[in-house]
Amino acid sequence: MSILTKEEAQALLKKVLAFSKSDECEVSLSGTEGGNIRYARNAISTAGDISTLTLSVSATYGKKTGSASINEFDDASLEKVVRRAEELAQLAPENPEHMPLMGPQTFKDAITYVQATADMTPESRADAVAQSVQASKDAKLQAAGYIENTTSFDVVANSKGLFAYNQGTDVIFSITTRNEEGTGSGYAARGFNDVRKLDTLGATKVAASKANGSAGAKAIEPGKYTVILEPVAATYMIENMFRGFDARSADEGRSFMSKPGGGNRLGEQLMDEKVNIYSDPFNKDLPSATWNREGFPLERTDWIRNGKVENLAYSRYWAEKKGAKPLPFGANYIMEGGDQTIEDMIKSTEKGILVSRLWYIRLVDAQTLLLTGLTRDGTFYIENGEIKFPIKNMRFNESPVIMLNNVEALGKVERSISVESYRSYLIPPMKIRDFTFTSLSDAV
Amino acid sequence: MKRRDFLQWTGMGLGATMLSGMPLVGKALPLDAPWYTVDAAIKKQLADVALNAARSKGATYTDVRIGRYLNQFIITREDKVENVVNTESYGMGIRVIANGSWGFAATDKLDNDSIAHTAALAVAIAKENSRLLSEPVQLAPQKGYGEVSWKTPIEKNAFEVPIKEKVDLLLNVNAAAMKGGADYMNSYLFLVNEQKYFASSDGSYIDQDIHRIWPTFTITKIDKATGKFETRNALSAPVGMGYEYLLPRPEDKIHGISTLYKKRYDMVEDAAQGAKQVAEKMAAKSVEPGKYDLILDPSHLWLTIHESVGHPTELDRVLGYEANFAGTSFLTLDKWESRNFQFGSKHVNIKADKTQPGSLGAVGYDDEGVGTQEWDLIKDGVLVNYQAIRDQAHIINLPASQGCCYAQSWSDVQFQRMANVSLQPGKQTLSPQDMIKNVEKGIYIIGDGSFSIDQQRYNFQFAGQLFYEIKQGKIVGALKDVAYQANTREFWNSCSAVADKNDYRLGGSFFDGKGQPMQASAVSHGSSTARFDKVNVINTARKIG
Repeated sequence: MSILTKEEAQALLKKVLAFSKSDECEVSLSGTEGGNIRYARNAISTAGDISTLTLSVSATYGKKTGSASINEFDDASLEKVVRRAEELAQLAPENPEHMPLMGPQTFKDAITYVQATADMTPESRADAVAQSVQASKDAKLQAAGYIENTTSFDVVANSKGLFAYNQGTDVIFSITTRNEEGTGSGYAARGFNDVRKLDTLGATKVAASKANGSAGAKAIEPGKYTVILEPVAATYMIENMFRGFDARSADEGRSFMSKPGGGNRLGEQLMDEKVNIYSDPFNKDLPSATWNREGFPLERTDWIRNGKVENLAYSRYWAEKKGAKPLPFGANYIMEGGDQTIEDMIKSTEKGILVSRLWYIRLVDAQTLLLTGLTRDGTFYIENGEIKFPIKNMRFNESPVIMLNNVEALGKVERSISVESYRSYLIPPMKIRDFTFTSLSDAV
Repeated sequence: MKRRDFLQWTGMGLGATMLSGMPLVGKALPLDAPWYTVDAAIKKQLADVALNAARSKGATYTDVRIGRYLNQFIITREDKVENVVNTESYGMGIRVIANGSWGFAATDKLDNDSIAHTAALAVAIAKENSRLLSEPVQLAPQKGYGEVSWKTPIEKNAFEVPIKEKVDLLLNVNAAAMKGGADYMNSYLFLVNEQKYFASSDGSYIDQDIHRIWPTFTITKIDKATGKFETRNALSAPVGMGYEYLLPRPEDKIHGISTLYKKRYDMVEDAAQGAKQVAEKMAAKSVEPGKYDLILDPSHLWLTIHESVGHPTELDRVLGYEANFAGTSFLTLDKWESRNFQFGSKHVNIKADKTQPGSLGAVGYDDEGVGTQEWDLIKDGVLVNYQAIRDQAHIINLPASQGCCYAQSWSDVQFQRMANVSLQPGKQTLSPQDMIKNVEKGIYIIGDGSFSIDQQRYNFQFAGQLFYEIKQGKIVGALKDVAYQANTREFWNSCSAVADKNDYRLGGSFFDGKGQPMQASAVSHGSSTARFDKVNVINTARKIG
């Protein structure tokens, strides 16, 4: 059993800390239980169950720290891992940026755990996949998909009395359907804490509709277009921006948050005033842990408010150096939206492109956060408020920062997952003007 | 090594990997712990328990992988050591066929009861999966090798080099860059040792000891007045070697507009020249978009080969097994069956190879017990073969697997992974300098940069580290903001020259991502400098705020 209760974890970490002889000692424990099924060509290809439990120890003498981890839990092993961390600390060079450990903190309980997800079994996963495969066969399509559920817990304690515990569940599902001729492809992805919200059949039907609708795509000239990005496309695009909400890299002059002439862009109007981005561990649709690995309590934090840079994350070291208040990164990211549906956005579009999904996004220029990537699995031309025909995929070169200066409208927020990191976000569909496509792709 | 672990320990972003945190699963070792391997006789006993237990539960085929995976990361910035980490992960993965279906389970508890329980679980999962089976697994025959072993031919085990020596090297590297005018300097040393034991119901007991090393850095220079910054990454390659890779030799240096490295790497020298080059980049001319003849150095071309040749020739992608993640392939079976699909020009000869000394993919046997080999993928420009493993071989009429199956750890199921895929050198005597002399309007690109390719591997975009403008056969200055876009087939058919074997070098990826859940694999790509005519170059400069 890899999932420990708060009391079991507290007792174990207390025992580990009792072995410590260093100036400071921090111990953390994390465990996961879960499983996955992968399928392709309308049949299961691989499946597995995963269970892990890992103890990590960091020992510090002065400003010298060493870390060790282990996955054995008898008393001798617990003492051994503490001694190893202490040996490493003695060998390590001094780190002038080391900050003393934090003392006791008050943390609110997270709302990340759902029993129904924790109760998933290989059989219930197979049932969910069977529904998806059947829907694909009924539509005369080939399905390839993936389902993974995880129950996990994290706990941290230290020699100064800090203790924090969190338990959570997560389930992700993604499905690609393709026609026999290879001329049409559709995709859907879902991620939830609560498996009761997951409808693999409904998601597969969405993917099937995109696959059938995208067959017979026409080429159009690359250039600047108004685009409607569905949430799964918008999520993958702006996920790349959240790592940049960091004061240190901005102050050092090597981020899109750096200000010409020095300093960072705090307080600057960087985006359209419709853009509001924040983190909130207590959002019921996207809950997160209420503390981070340093033992910082996490609360709602606004990053972008009415297009202005409201906050940047400061590590404790950088905050002290800059005379600022430490502020941890968010554990989730939420972008506010509007009332429009995707259909509403299409209706109000004279000429534009509906983008279902983006793929293989990579950074081209850190200075401007210029990204390149491609459309995938359903790209459609819009004219006079209607989808006219599917179009061939295109490569874009665009910065999410520039993109969020060109917001025409934001739709209803929904929970979606990044197609590469599989992290969940709450992101609205977006209508963006002057989105830059640079070349055509023959890929389906 | 798992990609997410690497990202967690290093803080390097997605750009460091081929494709996108779980906590590290494994034990940390004392930094200067004596390096050792587990006795093969002990591993054979454990494997036999698993083989017998799986057979008794109804498995018609079983393979067992006992893995001890050691990693060492040393991470520094400027004059500080940010982290030194040793990790070890040890356990067993059991894969079976039962009721015609695959099943897999893994354990890190290596007592007889746990092994037997895990084998039974693998069989149970296979039987559960068989209800959604379309056709039973067809495994290519493979003779048992008996008890054999293989080891990466290293000269100096990097794990046995004292930590202090490695830390001092990185701090010297950083000092060289800072002395040369860098504002920031991050350097890294990654070591991997896979001690893998494979046993199967075919009668193989294979013990392997595999070593890899990757020294790398990023230099950053800031213009505080304008807020502009530029970076230059190391011109090293990750390699399947020991610490000898970091012991420079004059004969392994290629001197030119930038010093380049063959089988040994001078990290301090590269940091010093990198500091000068990053300043040059800052002052360089922004490229004029248009068509250029490109002269691509192996330190750059490896990534283009990887993305546009390596991946689309993977048979599982061709068949649709990756459709939900990285995608499929434009190299469909009909193109191979035609025997005349002109993938590239006549200069393009590309081999897959799991045996090449010094390469990341070199092993004696793959992770399903198949002896490794080399084979042609593209011959005189024509597609002649794919990369296939045991359960795919029959699809392309192969009598046996090509030996390119891999799992990133004992706890992950093995599947088809890319072999080293390399462009063969030109047969005529030709140096990069000779090549440049014949270019009227071109760009010489060194080092790998930004990369992106579509889900069927047609349309790609690549950048680099260093760009030099060529006019009338001469390099006339540095450029910046350069990326080129092309279609795979058009690009390879525009290849008009490949330098000879004297220029041949390896590049590679330590973390090529594939599969769900994603697994990382390390793979090398060799080439000599090559020329591509009339390629579309774009300017990537933008302005925000």
